[in-house]
Amino acid sequence: MTRLPPALLIGAAITLIYAIIALISLVWTPYDITNLQVSNRLQDWSATHWLGTDQLGRDMVSMLMEGARTSIAVAIVAVGIGMAVGVPLGLAAAANRGSLLDEVIMRGNDLIFAFPSLVIAILITAIWGPSATNAILAIGIFNIPVFARVARGGALPIWTLDYILAARTAGKTRTRISAEHVLPNIANLLIVQATIQFSLGILAEAGLSYVGLGAQPPTSSLGRMLSESQTMIYSDAWLAVLPGLAIVILVLGLNLLGDGLRDALDPRLRRARG
Amino acid sequence: MMIDVESLSVRIRAFDILRNVSLTIREGEIFGLVGESGSGKSMTALALMGLLPRVMEASGAARLDGIDLLSLGEYDLCALRGNDISMIFQEPMTALNPVQTIGDQVAEVLTIHGKADANAARKIARDRLDRVGLSHIGLDRYPHELSGGQRQRVCIAAAIALHPRLLIADEPTTALDVTTQAQILDLLKDLVAEENMSLLLITHDLAVVSDMADRIAVMEKGVIVEQGDTAQVLRDQAHPYTRKLFAASAHQPDRTATMIDDAILRIEDVHRHYPGAREGFHRGPPVRAVNGVSFAIQRGESLGLVGESGCGKSTLTRTILGLDPLTSGQITLNGNPVSPTMPRAHRADMQVVFQDPYGSFNPRWRVDRIIAEPFHLLGRKPAPSDIAEALEAVRLSPEDAFKYPHEFSGGQRQRIAIARALITRPKLLVLDEAVSALDVSVRARILDLLAELQDQFGLSYLFISHDLTVVRAITDRVLVMQAGEIVEEGQTEQVFTAPNHPYTRTLLESAPTLEIPA
Repeated sequence: MTRLPPALLIGAAITLIYAIIALISLVWTPYDITNLQVSNRLQDWSATHWLGTDQLGRDMVSMLMEGARTSIAVAIVAVGIGMAVGVPLGLAAAANRGSLLDEVIMRGNDLIFAFPSLVIAILITAIWGPSATNAILAIGIFNIPVFARVARGGALPIWTLDYILAARTAGKTRTRISAEHVLPNIANLLIVQATIQFSLGILAEAGLSYVGLGAQPPTSSLGRMLSESQTMIYSDAWLAVLPGLAIVILVLGLNLLGDGLRDALDPRLRRARG
Repeated sequence: MMIDVESLSVRIRAFDILRNVSLTIREGEIFGLVGESGSGKSMTALALMGLLPRVMEASGAARLDGIDLLSLGEYDLCALRGNDISMIFQEPMTALNPVQTIGDQVAEVLTIHGKADANAARKIARDRLDRVGLSHIGLDRYPHELSGGQRQRVCIAAAIALHPRLLIADEPTTALDVTTQAQILDLLKDLVAEENMSLLLITHDLAVVSDMADRIAVMEKGVIVEQGDTAQVLRDQAHPYTRKLFAASAHQPDRTATMIDDAILRIEDVHRHYPGAREGFHRGPPVRAVNGVSFAIQRGESLGLVGESGCGKSTLTRTILGLDPLTSGQITLNGNPVSPTMPRAHRADMQVVFQDPYGSFNPRWRVDRIIAEPFHLLGRKPAPSDIAEALEAVRLSPEDAFKYPHEFSGGQRQRIAIARALITRPKLLVLDEAVSALDVSVRARILDLLAELQDQFGLSYLFISHDLTVVRAITDRVLVMQAGEIVEEGQTEQVFTAPNHPYTRTLLESAPTLEIPA
């Protein structure tokens, strides 16, 4: 077993801590955040409210836990949509390189790429109204061309290898070869891209919630907390700093994890170390 | 003595890479360093250039005119590289920077060493490119616009730009066609004679050094086992390893298979054209990669197909394997038409072995899964005994089924590739440069194996190769292909001894021959 790079360990640790916090918030938070106690508003840090309360008297620890859960859930599902649709598209494009199908898939990708996720989100909200689900859809759609491109780019050089030719002389279809030979050999690329897209998804969710297109009250999300606290940034700066910090640390952790995974999974680097 | 290497040893941790290598290269001579892969010949060159990877420790001495290269710092080495010692490599495709013009890349050598300003450097670059026979090629051309041979000439022009004392050529012609190889070797010979430099020629090919070198050294596992005047080493073959190399280079497998006069594969007037390159909204004229080829392979026959890169043999191979459609004509295998849509059961009659023992297998699959893949054609699952039999047929052990491809050497991997090809009991085996990437001694054993298997299973072989020696050793009949057409066809010995077509004659004359002086 080779030694794992420290960046990978730190990133994995941060991500794991967030995941545990998000899971705990499913069953327990210190206080119920739907229970507003305006008399308790804007309290300082204390033994009862570790990080104080916000302008509606909600416990900040509970808010952050729920907020992190929403952000992570949105990002995970959005990455899932991107991979589930994008990877098969990319594999199909690579398997039929230069064909009409390849052109249609890749130009379709370019079309989605041309719209920023915010514009897609506004479009979707204009039709179905703002909600966390629609934020997931918007970010998910934006992830599709990213994964399609990574999958196609990784698959193309593999299609030129002799074991693909051997599989074709064994009468296997392109779809089957893509699943059996190509996908396992580009899995490391996809995993690395997934962590990067995951951190971008966290940021995108925060951005959409900030402009009011994401999670709606009473659901808490890190982006919503930022937007709700911005008017009080001079009087009660912690209300904005805490969710901001939570986003920064999570994104940093995910990026470290992504970089670390890329280094650890890259066979060239692995060989140099081994 | 210009270069004087004295008991040079290189090790990485506890592993010896070179042990007590001593050699001398005289002014103006060609010194051949011969050995198989992993023998340490390239490491010797890198040590001379001060380019050994950092993790390696070198001891001993490598002197250029009395200065020990091993004791020099990086700064002094930079001044020396390209100036006193320069080097060319095996792959001219990757040795040049694809986004720089060839003129800039040759001129760069001069400006880096402060030997000329930009204008003067370009003039000298022009002169050097003329010298290596590229007078018709502009300085502003990019590497991708040139052929492999032309690119190797550019590398040589850059290497000799500063009139080095020593040029190191590491397998300079291994990636090139025979006719191009002959031209590059002639050029190197001329340069040594005219530019007053020495040449260290590193190669696995005894025939190349026997034609070129004044003196040779034979390396095995990091040790020089024999060195001396070329004629003397070739004649005496004092060391057993030298004898082994010679025997393997000229190895003639014992072929006992009998031919039956009944065609297993029939190719009739096959054309395969590609659409021409896009020019704006139009396309250029179609590329006729295969242009009216007809031949047949009999049961138990071994047919050779030789030709240089770009002659269309790869395209022809893909159509024979039923991977690419035909433009026109017909291919039948065992009486059944061959096409990308042919039934799986018919495909089982034909399998293929590729050149690259490293790219031939999915690295994530175990050997048992790899060699069982063609069973897909038969529509049933392989029994463990099928896999064991296939491995035993190629003289591997049944336990090897549970290993991964990276646990095997190049020669063993090629055996696995043959086992995979044999598992459906095909009648025709297409061997696409199947022994070209192997060392001579490994190659000799694989050729023996192929000869035995042909007899044992009554196989027909289509042996596609650019290597004339190998084709001569293993085939009954040979086809010579040029520009998409078969230009000559005949019994192998007859074609090799009395070629009819001028192109065949050129090919045979270009191929270096290993002749032992009397």
